[in-house]
Amino acid sequence: MTPQEPAAPAAPAVAEDPQKAANARLLARLHQLFGAEAFTDVEEPYGLLTATTTRERIHGIVAGLKQDEEIGLHFLTTMCGINYPENPGRELGMIYHLHSLTQNIRLRLKIFFPVADPVVPTLTDIYLTANWMERETYDFYGVVFSGHPNLIRILNVEDMDYHPMRKEYPLEDGTREDKTDLFFGR
Amino acid sequence: MAVNDTLEGTHRIIEEAREQQDKILLPVHNDFNQELTTLNLGPTHPATHGIFQNILQMDGERIVSGVPTIGYIHRAFEKIAERRPFYQITTLTDRMNYCSSPINNFGWHMTVEKLLGVTVPKRAQYMRVIMMELARISDHLICNSILGVDTGAFTGFLYVFQEREKIYEIYEEVCGARLTTNMGRVGGMERDFTPVALEKLRAWLKSFPAVMKEFEAMFNRNRIFMDRVVNVGPISAEKALSYGFTGPNLRAAGVDYDVRVMNPYSSYEDFEFDIPVGTNGDTYDRFMVRNEEIWQSLRIINQALDKLPEGPYHADAPHYYLPPKQAVYQNMEALIYHFKIVMGEIDAPVGEVYHSVEGGNGELGFYLVSDGGRTPYRLHFRRPCFIYYQAYPEMAVGTTLSDAIVILSSMNVIAGELDA
Repeated sequence: MTPQEPAAPAAPAVAEDPQKAANARLLARLHQLFGAEAFTDVEEPYGLLTATTTRERIHGIVAGLKQDEEIGLHFLTTMCGINYPENPGRELGMIYHLHSLTQNIRLRLKIFFPVADPVVPTLTDIYLTANWMERETYDFYGVVFSGHPNLIRILNVEDMDYHPMRKEYPLEDGTREDKTDLFFGR
Repeated sequence: MAVNDTLEGTHRIIEEAREQQDKILLPVHNDFNQELTTLNLGPTHPATHGIFQNILQMDGERIVSGVPTIGYIHRAFEKIAERRPFYQITTLTDRMNYCSSPINNFGWHMTVEKLLGVTVPKRAQYMRVIMMELARISDHLICNSILGVDTGAFTGFLYVFQEREKIYEIYEEVCGARLTTNMGRVGGMERDFTPVALEKLRAWLKSFPAVMKEFEAMFNRNRIFMDRVVNVGPISAEKALSYGFTGPNLRAAGVDYDVRVMNPYSSYEDFEFDIPVGTNGDTYDRFMVRNEEIWQSLRIINQALDKLPEGPYHADAPHYYLPPKQAVYQNMEALIYHFKIVMGEIDAPVGEVYHSVEGGNGELGFYLVSDGGRTPYRLHFRRPCFIYYQAYPEMAVGTTLSDAIVILSSMNVIAGELDA
């Protein structure tokens, strides 16, 4: 806590809120470890520090954070994919939630990449739990995790030839007429 | 001499199998001393307590490698949720961990309330705490008593199953349903506790401790039971954290992480309770941690019931909370809100929110991305047993088949949550 004190006066108004203070401390540490240019779109929606980084950097950041004793982000809570078809070049995304059990602070990291080249480094060498989480994301979004030991489908049948959570696949068959609601739409 | 060769060979194969247990193609051994048997444990084996399969390679009675196959009851909840208004997603959460569905319901409601910025009155929070702790007790009771069944003690199971039935009767009084409860609404509870519900709850709180004591007397120091579970399937704290364990399984390994204490929600900070932890994370520790958590949950329920504040049981949030049915017929605003809520015409704020609750078997998280529409843009469930079940092969390899069954039931893997 003490080494980061000089950073605190920059935002004296928010120092009252312990959540914001902790987030500011975490962000300062992130910038110190990986450089400020590694993180873009830094926000705090509902008090959870969120930053976007790149797929080239994500493996190094997660590995570095696991080893860093000061913050102790050594628990991978969850990861999931997301699809924004209207963002060209950034259609697919991965969202990682990290948690420090010692300091009780969470961090959300996002990366985005084109759907034509959905290759992301695996985190299985850092966290054993990443194995099935990545298989699930591969299953639903078709994100290919390079270096994953066993990247096969996990919840869907093996002979499925598409990735159903992408927005291009509607939940229901669009040609069905019995389900159209003329007044309220579907 | 042949015996030694066999043993050494077994150890070697176990080591190899540990390395590649995630490979679907299992190593083929054409050694004369080694003839491995492939055994399909599941998908519908009674001892798996759910629909999931383990393809085991056995060397005699000993497991050399295991490959879990899951997804048999996958229902695409995350995809379905992208087409449903928020209040309709509650019924999906029921069907995840169906042994403790009120926890899932309230976890989801709290996520939406966080997104909408709705503050729930104290009375509703305490009512939620009571129901969530009841759900935790019934979840742990099932897990522990089934563990008893798998070790050959059927009686304890029948003893406590009667208590679970009584818990379900309380659910019935509170929300009208038993298993898939759909309890509460966004903004509070759908109705106040009825006098009958409170009466049943108080009667149960009086009668249950004696049953629980009997159950513990039957198992805790039982020589036969201890021989079956002590040092079976241990996992170290480091491994457990790396595998993403949460809940009783992580606490049995010695890490005192409990969402209720670390990030209190729904007024958990008002109550006094302890976090039981184990030491070596074996089956016995998991069993004991769950037993102790039942006592702690009882403590919480008693405190919440004693301190249950007076006041409204839902937030004053007409945009999100359905008006009383009688008002819909008599009052124009109520009719409009009723219509808009039921048709899903009420927009949510844009944003993303992660909220987690301490579920029956670990940290149950909801990651909700809202683009301002009537449905979530993306909803991801952090299902605790999906995440920790992948440690199962590592825990089972090297043990016998009967131990593997015991380890599986002590992990409290619920198929509905596993497959979502």
